[in-house]
Amino acid sequence: MAIAGPITYYGTLPQVPPDWPGGFWGHWGTFVGIILVFVLTLVMGFIWVERRGIARFQARVGPNRVGPFGLLQPVADAIKVLLKEDIIPASGDKVVHWLAPVVAFVPVLLIFAVVPFWDGALLADLNIGILYVVAVSSLTTIGIFMAGWGSNNKYSLLGAMRAIAQVVSYEIPLVLSLVAVVLLAGSLSLNDIVRAQNIPFILLQPLGFFIFFLAACAEINRTPFDLLEAESEIVAGFHTEYSGMKFALFYLVEYAEAVAISAIIATLFLSGWRGPLLPPFLWFLLKVFAVFFLIFWVRSTIPRLRVDQVMAFAWKFLLPLAFLNLLITGVQVIVWQGVLPWPVIFVNLAIMVVLIVGWSSFFRLGGGRVEV
Amino acid sequence: MVLKAEPFVVNLGPVHPSTHGVFRLRATLDGEVVVNIEPVIGYLHRGIEKLAEGRTYTQNIPFTDRLDYLASMSNNLAYCLAVEKLAGITVPERGDYLRVIMAELQRLASHLIAVGAFLNDCGAFMTPILYMLREREKILDHFEMVSGQRLTYAYMRIGGVSQDIPEEFLPALGKFVAGMPGYIDEYDGLIKENEIFLARTKGVGILPKDLAINISASGPVLRASGVKWDIRKADPYSVYDRFEFDIPTGTAGDCYDRYRVRVEEMRQSVRILQQAMAQIPKGKVRTEIPLTFRPPVGEAYGHVEAPKGELGFYLVSDGSIAPYRFHCRAPSLINLTALRDMMIGWKVADAIIIFGSIDICMGEVDR
Repeated sequence: MAIAGPITYYGTLPQVPPDWPGGFWGHWGTFVGIILVFVLTLVMGFIWVERRGIARFQARVGPNRVGPFGLLQPVADAIKVLLKEDIIPASGDKVVHWLAPVVAFVPVLLIFAVVPFWDGALLADLNIGILYVVAVSSLTTIGIFMAGWGSNNKYSLLGAMRAIAQVVSYEIPLVLSLVAVVLLAGSLSLNDIVRAQNIPFILLQPLGFFIFFLAACAEINRTPFDLLEAESEIVAGFHTEYSGMKFALFYLVEYAEAVAISAIIATLFLSGWRGPLLPPFLWFLLKVFAVFFLIFWVRSTIPRLRVDQVMAFAWKFLLPLAFLNLLITGVQVIVWQGVLPWPVIFVNLAIMVVLIVGWSSFFRLGGGRVEV
Repeated sequence: MVLKAEPFVVNLGPVHPSTHGVFRLRATLDGEVVVNIEPVIGYLHRGIEKLAEGRTYTQNIPFTDRLDYLASMSNNLAYCLAVEKLAGITVPERGDYLRVIMAELQRLASHLIAVGAFLNDCGAFMTPILYMLREREKILDHFEMVSGQRLTYAYMRIGGVSQDIPEEFLPALGKFVAGMPGYIDEYDGLIKENEIFLARTKGVGILPKDLAINISASGPVLRASGVKWDIRKADPYSVYDRFEFDIPTGTAGDCYDRYRVRVEEMRQSVRILQQAMAQIPKGKVRTEIPLTFRPPVGEAYGHVEAPKGELGFYLVSDGSIAPYRFHCRAPSLINLTALRDMMIGWKVADAIIIFGSIDICMGEVDR
């Protein structure tokens, strides 16, 4: 059941998904190519964007020496890192240490398989799209734990322990806020979810977006939840013992995860490739960039939470709110038979404000020691 | 199944992003909780106290620069005061005013670094410290103007300061002092009410008042615990008795209070600078001392309120050109003795910010 509100923001939908020449294999080959080349280039570009952007936030210039505006800086870094010596700790578990970056990196690329860049332009339009994203993105954590374990380093192990605890906790509010989106769209396929967004779900689901964004930041270990690579505490966390290309892979994972989660948020809440005037593909990129900008804006602004506060925040704040959000959305979907009228936007915004303000006065992080 | 977990030892430092130099902390952790710590110092030991016994009184001034290298002017001042006390030298008025201006600028610079580094320890990704380094650069420009140096100035001399200020100094300083309160408000507005910052620092690493007095802590660490003790008021040196300023104190003695005290002290320093600039007289800046300077036999202790606490120099003279004993009372080292009482029972992340909130400088701790 798609939602057709009185307001259609983006005009009529393009009806027919592009029919790919060459059938299954042509389609498959094209998209594997796009994901491998395009996504990796995008990640490199976003690394540059973040470094320049954060530099502006911090009253400095940022990389501007290599190429125009320092655009080739990621390339220079990549070449440097390739030439570095690859060090494996003598007492480390060599196989696990070697495998860890690969195990961490592959799932991030796999996420892009179900992200629609255009109407129907995606590698696999799985009818369980969101479930696939949730399942695959969690695999990265295994790679991180392998890195922490295989390094035989106390900082790494501390980082890995934190990673497991954090990701397992934040998965629950993340999935619960996803369920509300699925209720509205009536489908698990990412492409169908985009097609259902005549009104972007960020307007119908402001609280859901809020919960999903915070939980996703914790999933990809971005500030204020960057505990597992907390520089001031445990040096570099799980990748302390990595050098050369293996370190570069972890660095790529960090940014590829950020790009992937930005793409998922853009698809689920910001109506993905839909938009007026510009080609859908460009709309998609713009939205991904907007979310990514928000992520590194947060990173350059606020300090880090402590490990027990992070856990308390997931279980005592996000989880109850996610349940309430799910309940409210469920009631709304039943009342309006899946077709939510646009005034609901204001109702939901009001509900979000009341819930967040109410809950924060009930649950406070301040005051020092928070027992979990 | 019974899970068996043992405490394990983690070496924080000497090479670690947040040990502010080469401090080493052997921490015993039970999971994330610190159950025991063992500070190891001495990695930056250069034997300055012994070296100073082989140099003349004037030659020792550059050594003091290298103690707390983030506050060289204050070190110069403390040493020169001690020597002047030993030999009974008076300083011309203009020299005294210049000393106060430099010492207060230095306090601003040191507190900027202290607060910025502390925020960095809290996990703010470089932004606060880079904002604060921006203003510190301006202060260093002023120091460069008067002394030609940006880190180790050796600007003060026994009997005054090495040279008068250039004529463009006071207008430049006036511009800086006029802008500084706005910058302090900018930082403070960003940090003071931040919920995460409050959650991380309020009630963390409490140093009780009686313990702070018992370990003879000084500076912001002592004042944050609620003790109103500032050498500038308690034993006024130079011309500090002519200025009007307050002593900011905390109540709880936690990391947040130590942050607040530093920020408020920066505001007071600006106040002192404004008054000093308005009052500064014309005249000589230095009392000439003989080239082979031999203070009479005796001993003297000169102390100042350095940015990190009470910095004192204890000098014993045997009538020769070099001190017989040169002892430095380093506030960083003495404040550091509270570390164990403040840290145990907290998590690793807290231990790091407790350490950062003391604001030590290893050059001074190890000497």
